[in-house]
Amino acid sequence: MYPAPFHYHRADSLQGAISLLQELGDSARALAGGQTLLVWMKLRFDEPQHLVDLSRIPGLADITQDGNEVCIGALATHAEIAKSALAEALPSVRDCGSGIADAQVRSRGTIGGALGSADPSCDWPTLLHTLDATLTCIGPEGTRTMPVSELVEDIYTTTLKTAELITEIRFKLPSENSGGAYNAFKRCAPAYPTGSAAVQLSLDGELCSEIRLALGSAGLTTITSKEAEDILRGNPLTASNIDKAAETIVAAADPVPDQRGSEAFKRAVLLTLIKRAIDIAVRRCNGETIKGHHEYA
Amino acid sequence: MPEAIDKVSVQVTINGRNYRRDVEPRLLLVQLIREELGLTGTHIGCDVTYCGACTILIDGNPVKSCTMLAVQADQCEILTVEGLEQDGELHPLQKAFSENHGLQCGYCTPGMLMSSMALLAENPHPSPDEIRKGISGNLCRCTGYINIIKSIQAAAEEMAG
Repeated sequence: MYPAPFHYHRADSLQGAISLLQELGDSARALAGGQTLLVWMKLRFDEPQHLVDLSRIPGLADITQDGNEVCIGALATHAEIAKSALAEALPSVRDCGSGIADAQVRSRGTIGGALGSADPSCDWPTLLHTLDATLTCIGPEGTRTMPVSELVEDIYTTTLKTAELITEIRFKLPSENSGGAYNAFKRCAPAYPTGSAAVQLSLDGELCSEIRLALGSAGLTTITSKEAEDILRGNPLTASNIDKAAETIVAAADPVPDQRGSEAFKRAVLLTLIKRAIDIAVRRCNGETIKGHHEYA
Repeated sequence: MPEAIDKVSVQVTINGRNYRRDVEPRLLLVQLIREELGLTGTHIGCDVTYCGACTILIDGNPVKSCTMLAVQADQCEILTVEGLEQDGELHPLQKAFSENHGLQCGYCTPGMLMSSMALLAENPHPSPDEIRKGISGNLCRCTGYINIIKSIQAAAEEMAG
């Protein structure tokens, strides 16, 4: 299958890419790894007249740490992140990166592309919500930062302006008494998840001092629930508290029935995933080494 | 629809040989490999990033060549299934697939071999579970996975000496 014809432009600098995208306007798309965009173009869901290839712009794929702040370049691939020292230090990052699609897609797909596609089935946005990540965005009007929670307006729709690009993803390394986990349920490796869940929590003795919960493939955007977090924050993580919080966030989800399952099935999957993620996060908090991974049907 | 589309010059090294072509930007890498260069060992199965029949290695990394433009591969080093055999000698993976009945219809085999190459380069002694994960982006519709996993295990032993 061929995409519709388009003009190809290879950007060699960020400013060059932004100027070109501004000049070309709505007829152009920015191309990173292409693992979402090229499939859409082949299926003729999208027929841009111009592609601006960002992949040769130097310096946009670095994974660095400055004090306790982590910075991931938007063009870092899923595989690069999954195999990085960061993933070694932060198991939830490894859970997420190493389970996205399959080895081939992880070679090409980028974290910035996954965010920019605003697809609620993508894995990174769900995890990044629990890490309170901020995004650096550069466009014709300069540089700004925004919390990851403000990126997506609706399915496939971001708040990015014309010619504005995500360049970095930043978050603080969680403290010593913290643990996180990400897991997803998929019919097979290359499929998008039927549901996914991410948790980041801190323990102060028996009490849960801080918690973030998020669900992916659970509605038109990433699902979060302050109400569910409030059930656990400041309280002991008893089975009944965990059940209540899990049920609360799943009630906030709005899964769309499709070939991956009915709404009821997806809610059952999400409930299991979020409870499992909380369990793994607590055990990691207590120093256990757990190799989390995505589950297949 | 845009009118005159400029062709773009692409230079790639495939299995050690240099190729240069002027291509339409929308030409997929798998089409460059198969149709322009005649290397038909790389197969097109699903054409939507699912089945992995079109897997090749680009700079050592496994990639589905149906989901990459030829222009994106400019200046890259590519290995396809044709590059596995050396001087008439099958690669240990090819030999192991043959000896362990690791294929039935053979359609998925080029992709299976290339994903296995990437897996073994990174993890020379994979467990059966790690092999399953390593080839999880490759579908075999004859469902011959048991023998495929056996083949990869046998090749790993052979390659480790």
